[in-house]
Amino acid sequence: MSNSAGLFSSSLGRKYLMAITGLFLCSFLLIHLIGNVTLFTDPVQFNEYTRFMSSNPLIRVMEIVLVVGFLAHIIDAIMLTKANKTAQPVKYAMDKKKSTWYSRNMGLTGTIILAFLILHLQSFWYGYKFGDVAMTLDSSGTDIKDMYTMVVAAFSQSWYSAIYVVAMILLGTHLNHGFQSAFQSMGLRHKKYTPAIKKAGTAFAVIITLGFISFPIYFYITQL
Amino acid sequence: MNLTLKVWRQNGAEDKGRIVEYKMSDISPDMSFLEMIDVLNEELIEKGDDPIAFDHDCREGICGSCSMYINGEPHGPEDLITTCQLHMRSFKDGDTIYIEPWRAAAFPVIKDLVVDRTAFDAIIQVGGYVSVNTSGNTQDANALPVPKADADAAFDAATCIGCGACVATCKNSSAMLFTSAKISHLALLPQGKVEAQERALNMVEKMDELGFGNCTNTGDCEVQCPKGISLDNIALMNREFLGASLKSEK
Ligand code: HEM
Ligand code: SF4
Ligand code: FES
Repeated sequence: MSNSAGLFSSSLGRKYLMAITGLFLCSFLLIHLIGNVTLFTDPVQFNEYTRFMSSNPLIRVMEIVLVVGFLAHIIDAIMLTKANKTAQPVKYAMDKKKSTWYSRNMGLTGTIILAFLILHLQSFWYGYKFGDVAMTLDSSGTDIKDMYTMVVAAFSQSWYSAIYVVAMILLGTHLNHGFQSAFQSMGLRHKKYTPAIKKAGTAFAVIITLGFISFPIYFYITQL
Repeated sequence: MNLTLKVWRQNGAEDKGRIVEYKMSDISPDMSFLEMIDVLNEELIEKGDDPIAFDHDCREGICGSCSMYINGEPHGPEDLITTCQLHMRSFKDGDTIYIEPWRAAAFPVIKDLVVDRTAFDAIIQVGGYVSVNTSGNTQDANALPVPKADADAAFDAATCIGCGACVATCKNSSAMLFTSAKISHLALLPQGKVEAQERALNMVEKMDELGFGNCTNTGDCEVQCPKGISLDNIALMNREFLGASLKSEK
């Protein structure tokens, strides 16, 4: 018998979890993008922003929530994708699907995003915490880690910037399907609002992709 | 018309199965697809070969038994029809046509193109009904007002014929379109509301237990459903199940 404790062991319960964590991760992406805009405004501001993000107690708590959110999304993704593969063990000799490629490959795009995430954390999160970051001065003249120079140096390498561009495009496809899909998973579907949600999802995917791509491309080109 | 057929042949559940090629000539474009297979089967019987096993019953698009995956799509290339309603004029002279059984762990192949769809019956048995007494004391239907929009949505959902095309085309072999059609067709009407909560819980639980996959919202089912059952029903099921899980005391 189903019960609310077993909710998340049911197919639909897992879908709700996927949707909630997915939308939560979307909110994280937006905040991350807005913070990164300081890369374009002013190196000192960017350095102060990174210091704020790694020292503010509220942000530290949110960091834990974020890690839990990512882990829940990833573990749930693995369980769902595995169950789906078992449910469809034999492929057709001839198969013409009418759906979009990216809606059928959320597992693949998700896995590439995960690989990217590990690289990204290794460069910047690990780099900030344990790496050898040069010091500079903040607006009040105290010592601060010069993350700006580190980011700029990283993006001057063509291979590194290229990985970012590819990963962000795949993230865009993940979001283009995922954003609206999350609403459907939670049963939020409406003749009037669903078309708007789909458009908002595509707009969100485009903004996130172009936004995050703009940093590696800008710093790569300006250092040629 | 001259055609090359590539048909899945499998002699029982234990057999590994294989694609076998058949050349067909002088096929009339006015024949139905099933008649074309009938012609092939007569030829096979005359030659002393085993005819191709396939399911069919009404041959008018209402029973849902004529399941086959034709050239990469359930019920073939046309929209909103079953295989028995498909005609050879939908193909061109010289075409190669793949014919395969539904592929899903929950629908094991019995022989050739025939699969076992008792899993759908099992889902219906745990809730796809209303327990009202219909023996002589039924109320006048108009005594219970139903909003037009709900009545229309319930009738649309009720047109599901249980063919399994939704499961067959889904990359996850998910039965959510079928199950949700049955859940919403009853949940939208006053007679069905009484048992809506247990129905949603039991049918979803059974669907999971039988090894159908999870919906990824690709939407292939809706496109391929011969009755045009809408994804609205899956959203309704998702709401019903969430509400029922939270309210249920079990
Ligand atoms: C910032 C990163 C990410 C965001 C914003 C995000 C967002 C989303 C959203 C909104 C959905 C739709 C949920 C639904 O259909 O109900 C989704 C689905 C999915 N995500 Fe992610 N995701 C991210 C990272 C990942 C990672 C790292 C993985 C990999 C392992 C992953 C794997 C999946 C899979 C497999 C699905 C489809 C699940 C299904 O419908 O069966 N995602 N994601
Ligand atoms: S929902 Fe459509 S495709 Fe699925 S079983 Fe019902 S009629 Fe067939
Ligand atoms: S044989 Fe009944 S629907 Fe095709």
